[in-house]
Amino acid sequence: MALWGEAKGGDVVIRFAIIQRRKWFFLLSGSITLAGLIVVLLFGLNLGTDFKHGARVQIELNQPFQAQQVRQVFQSVDLPVGPSGITAGGKNNELAIVMLGETLSSHQQDVLQAAIKVAFPHSQGAEVESVSPVIAQEQSQSAIWAVILASLGIMAYVAVRFEFRFAVAGIVALLHDAFIVISVFALLRIEVDLPFIAAVLTIVGYSINDTIVIFDRIRENLKGAKLSSLADLEHLVDHSLWQTMARSINTVMTVLFAALTLYFFGGDPIHNFCFALLVGLISGAYSSIFIASPIWVAWRARSIGKVKPARPDPSVV
Amino acid sequence: MIRWGRFTTFLIIVVIVFAVTISAAPRLFSKIPLGLDLQGGIDVLYQIGDNGQTITASDVTATVAALENRINKLGVSEPDIEVVGANRVRVELAGKFNQAQAMQLLTEEANLQFRAPNGQVLATGQDIEPNAAYEADPQLGSPDVSITFKNPALFQQITTTYLNKVITTWLNGKEINAATVNSVISGGNAVITGMPSIAAAEQLAKLLNAGALPEPLHTLSSTTVGPTLGQAALQETMFAGAVAIGLIFIFMILMYRLPGVVAIVSLVAYSMVLDAVFAGFPVTLTLTGMAALVLGIGMAVDANIITYERVKDELRNGKSVQSAVIAGQRKALRTILDSNVTTFIAGLVMYAYGSGDVRGFAVALLSSIVVSLLTAVLLSRSMLLLLTKSNVFRNPWLYGAKRKAVTS
Repeated sequence: MALWGEAKGGDVVIRFAIIQRRKWFFLLSGSITLAGLIVVLLFGLNLGTDFKHGARVQIELNQPFQAQQVRQVFQSVDLPVGPSGITAGGKNNELAIVMLGETLSSHQQDVLQAAIKVAFPHSQGAEVESVSPVIAQEQSQSAIWAVILASLGIMAYVAVRFEFRFAVAGIVALLHDAFIVISVFALLRIEVDLPFIAAVLTIVGYSINDTIVIFDRIRENLKGAKLSSLADLEHLVDHSLWQTMARSINTVMTVLFAALTLYFFGGDPIHNFCFALLVGLISGAYSSIFIASPIWVAWRARSIGKVKPARPDPSVV
Repeated sequence: MIRWGRFTTFLIIVVIVFAVTISAAPRLFSKIPLGLDLQGGIDVLYQIGDNGQTITASDVTATVAALENRINKLGVSEPDIEVVGANRVRVELAGKFNQAQAMQLLTEEANLQFRAPNGQVLATGQDIEPNAAYEADPQLGSPDVSITFKNPALFQQITTTYLNKVITTWLNGKEINAATVNSVISGGNAVITGMPSIAAAEQLAKLLNAGALPEPLHTLSSTTVGPTLGQAALQETMFAGAVAIGLIFIFMILMYRLPGVVAIVSLVAYSMVLDAVFAGFPVTLTLTGMAALVLGIGMAVDANIITYERVKDELRNGKSVQSAVIAGQRKALRTILDSNVTTFIAGLVMYAYGSGDVRGFAVALLSSIVVSLLTAVLLSRSMLLLLTKSNVFRNPWLYGAKRKAVTS
């Protein structure tokens, strides 16, 4: 059956029809997104001082500890800590993260560092961040703008190189990935800081990067294809998905190797950053296959019959 | 026919890549400036002047000069002072030094005033020479700070006018001393008494010598990282990077065999060139930047994976090894370019709208995309072509085809 001119890319077997089952994937992602939305609306994000006025003290204690011990040290230097102000982080929960509502003066930091050294002799010193409300607001605004503008830039490029429908489908998938990471962080109450934004932007870049490779194959297979029914279209996209499946899996594997080793061995300060990457990369690989392409099919299916011929691609002879 | 010339060229490239990397990479790496998070230090953002106060360009210049002067007193190498917007200045000090003392010296004001009984300011810290010093009071033994007026005539005039009256000394808006002028002093030498401790007297002397800040500074944000914490983070991230690269190498050889080896050589070249780019510009390496580089390796590998999967496709279609490699590379190139450009756009936006960590991440990501196009695409392609055309290895299995699927 020469459904699309000549058989391109070898005889890949469609082991599992993905596109026909798109409603299930839409349902799955829709419910995850809805659950995420509810969590974010109910609990909000656990904002770090990068986005909130106050001080954040991160201490590598190099020993297990009770929140009460850390609270006492802070109280001994007149720094009362709120009930949920102390969290344990890092690989072995030996990293204390203390959030204070007030910024710290250099004198206060000095006294605090000395008190910590006395109470926890193994500690490696503290990392102290103090941010005033003006800066916190500016940084959160610039982060949101960065995400919006990055999406618009990517959308414009894809619309020009491919077509508008691909651009929209790709953007929906990448927003889905960004949102899932945000929801997971809201649900697990993990702190959101500036590196988290860098992670979300990487995921945005990876997700679209991953999607484009599949879209590129769909575009290639569309050339000269006669699509007389929805089944033809579904089959063509399924075929494209399976042609690129080995690449999709192998690439996400290598990036996951990198993210996983950074997560396990990369040091406490980038622990959360790597966790965001892990969640986002898995979601990005999933959404490229199960969300972006099915959205495109659902949209493209409307114009079957009144089909205009697929856009010729000038760069391939 | 086996073309040994091409195969030799291929081997020479491999040898050059490894030789240059082994000999130059460690030296280049040591030249890359490390961010605060990797070697410890402090990062403070100040607002110049009070809220709503108009700040002119000359106020900003004077503040930067005053800060430079103060930092020089600390002996920190390569301080980074950056003017941000109209009325902000960012100070970054990396390395090992007494962080608490540095923060204090930077922020603390030594706003010294001598006031008349009616509150009128007679002289300020700007009227004295930068040779203030702690001394023990000759009679009481209590800590004093000796100062010298730049213009002895001014002090003579003050002591003449207010002979037998009380002059008060104010530091940062607090009265620290009140003394009756007993005699007219002509030499310009004076003593500030009433310091609570020797340490306080020494600190005041230091601040007076560092020069007064032309405008008050308000700390908007500050980050301090202890030096041992930073080094631990650097070592851990380096180790993680090495493990990640090792895993990727094994994976590539298992999945793609001969082209996998080519991919590894190109990845070594990628790390080497990136090393040189960072050391050359130089780009400051931060923790998130390092994470971006490891991710960049993942993307460079992706370029190879896309190509080799295409080559496999072509082999499955029954093409010969050589034409499969040529066709596979040609078809993969457009996909690789499109996917890299989209990520590049995301990186550009991050650079333009991000700050601090986000920006460091963006720079690392952008450089890694450009370098990966040079090595993982250009170099890798040429090497694979050389290898294929040399005809030394002709078995399609070596290029990723299934043994049974190909009848040659």
